[in-house]
Amino acid sequence: MLYALLCYHQEDVVCAWTKEEDDAVMQKLAVVQERLAKAGKLGPVARLLPTTAATTLRKDQDPPLVLDGPFAETKEQLLGFYILDCKDLEEALDIARDLGAANPGGSYEIRPVGLFQDGGARP
Amino acid sequence: MDEARWIGTTLAAARPQALAALLRYFRDLDLAEEAFQEACLRALRTWPQNGPPRDATAWLIFVGRNVALDTVRRRAKLTELPPEEALSDTQDTEAEIAERIDGAHYRDDVLRLLFICCHPDLPATQQIALALRIVSGLSVRQIARAFLVSEAAMEQRITRAKARIAKAQSGDGGVPFEAPGAVERAERLGVVAAMIYLVFNEGYSAAGDASAARAPLCEEAIRLARLLLRLFQAEPEIMGLTALMLLQHARARARFDKEGAVILLDSQDRELWNRPMIGEGLALLDKAVRHRRPGPYQLQAAIAALHARAKGPEDTDWAQIDLLYGTLEFLQPSPVVTLNRAVAISKLRGPEAALAMVEPLGDRLTGYFHYHGVRGALLMQLGRTSEARDDFMTAISLATTAADAAHIRTHLDGLK
Repeated sequence: MLYALLCYHQEDVVCAWTKEEDDAVMQKLAVVQERLAKAGKLGPVARLLPTTAATTLRKDQDPPLVLDGPFAETKEQLLGFYILDCKDLEEALDIARDLGAANPGGSYEIRPVGLFQDGGARP
Repeated sequence: MDEARWIGTTLAAARPQALAALLRYFRDLDLAEEAFQEACLRALRTWPQNGPPRDATAWLIFVGRNVALDTVRRRAKLTELPPEEALSDTQDTEAEIAERIDGAHYRDDVLRLLFICCHPDLPATQQIALALRIVSGLSVRQIARAFLVSEAAMEQRITRAKARIAKAQSGDGGVPFEAPGAVERAERLGVVAAMIYLVFNEGYSAAGDASAARAPLCEEAIRLARLLLRLFQAEPEIMGLTALMLLQHARARARFDKEGAVILLDSQDRELWNRPMIGEGLALLDKAVRHRRPGPYQLQAAIAALHARAKGPEDTDWAQIDLLYGTLEFLQPSPVVTLNRAVAISKLRGPEAALAMVEPLGDRLTGYFHYHGVRGALLMQLGRTSEARDDFMTAISLATTAADAAHIRTHLDGLK
């Protein structure tokens, strides 16, 4: 079974890290990641850009509503995620609309990825 | 990250909101600052033992408020205070305060704090110094180093700024403590955005040795812009401003060589550009453009984005840059914008066409370093050597940093 490990932290705090502090954290994480990769247990790793860079497509209405900012509906839970290679936000939104038409209700948060590593592990 | 550093970052992150709330309670900058500092000291003492509180900001506001109440009580024994049990250290009170700061007051508190630092009576340098001291909590020493002045001079500047604000607040009119309405808020937001960009430029315009000391100003400006954007998530110009600063700051490591000499955009090693920062800038600009409400920050960010998207200098879309500068000239006419546009024109249509654009600006930009630098470079390309030399000499005399002067001197050497 593959497990997803979702990273939560206070954004105020993380965004206030200096470059040195950030580098130090990333370096320590890389050590653990390398160990996991060697054991063949590592899947994709992604670090998301701040929520200020997020856009939300609410697909519980027709046509879907595009909103600035991160996902904020506490009644809904994170059920999965896609990684998409898009030219820009417009393309990402088009894809989200297509997906939304196939699976209406709820919303998609479109959040740029700042760092991506394909760890190689497969289900 | 070790514990002390974690606490340090948490305190720094909580600062704008906690200080803003304390200021709202006590309406006194010095008192609020003292109270916040005392609360931080207590956090350093108790958090390592008891573990971090559930909501650090609420904790700091609560403790800070009690500290300030004690101070007020000492200062004026006659002041009427709430009953003792309402101020006691109980979980319920903490939860109540946490709820309150998460509620209606949140956005206006931080905005008000930023706006107080943007008091129109203060000169820009004092606005920046005060914002760095009050909102960001940089020490006077750090700020003094960034501004290249003595600590005593900076201390005096900040004290003077605070005194002016206190005076304006005690007088009739101009009291910035009332919650701003929609129109007023939009106006204030513009002033606050401009102040943040001033902080950024204070850091960005430094060169050579000073650039390392001032880089934190750029990072602080970006942090403040992100904070502002979280409070106003649908403001395209705030997205534009944040994008602009990210795209510019992404080039920080490539802008100077080891000796501190300037490296122009064309010659920069693009491998040194910070890609995640560029990614965030481009994403924010994309979001902003969807609002179809263009503004100066978005346009400048769009220009920076075209540079960032180009794989090499030869791939730069100068025609698009020319168009964007044209729109910027229309929205916010300024000879400096025209001068920048002339650089795009020189790439598109050659130095002659660019020179024709630059010449009429002479009256207004005669004391501007870059005017003479650009004009000299255009004349040099046209083979008008002696005129180019005159402009380069003038530019050197107007240079504000040694790196800028040295850069022009290399042009001069090339002429001989």
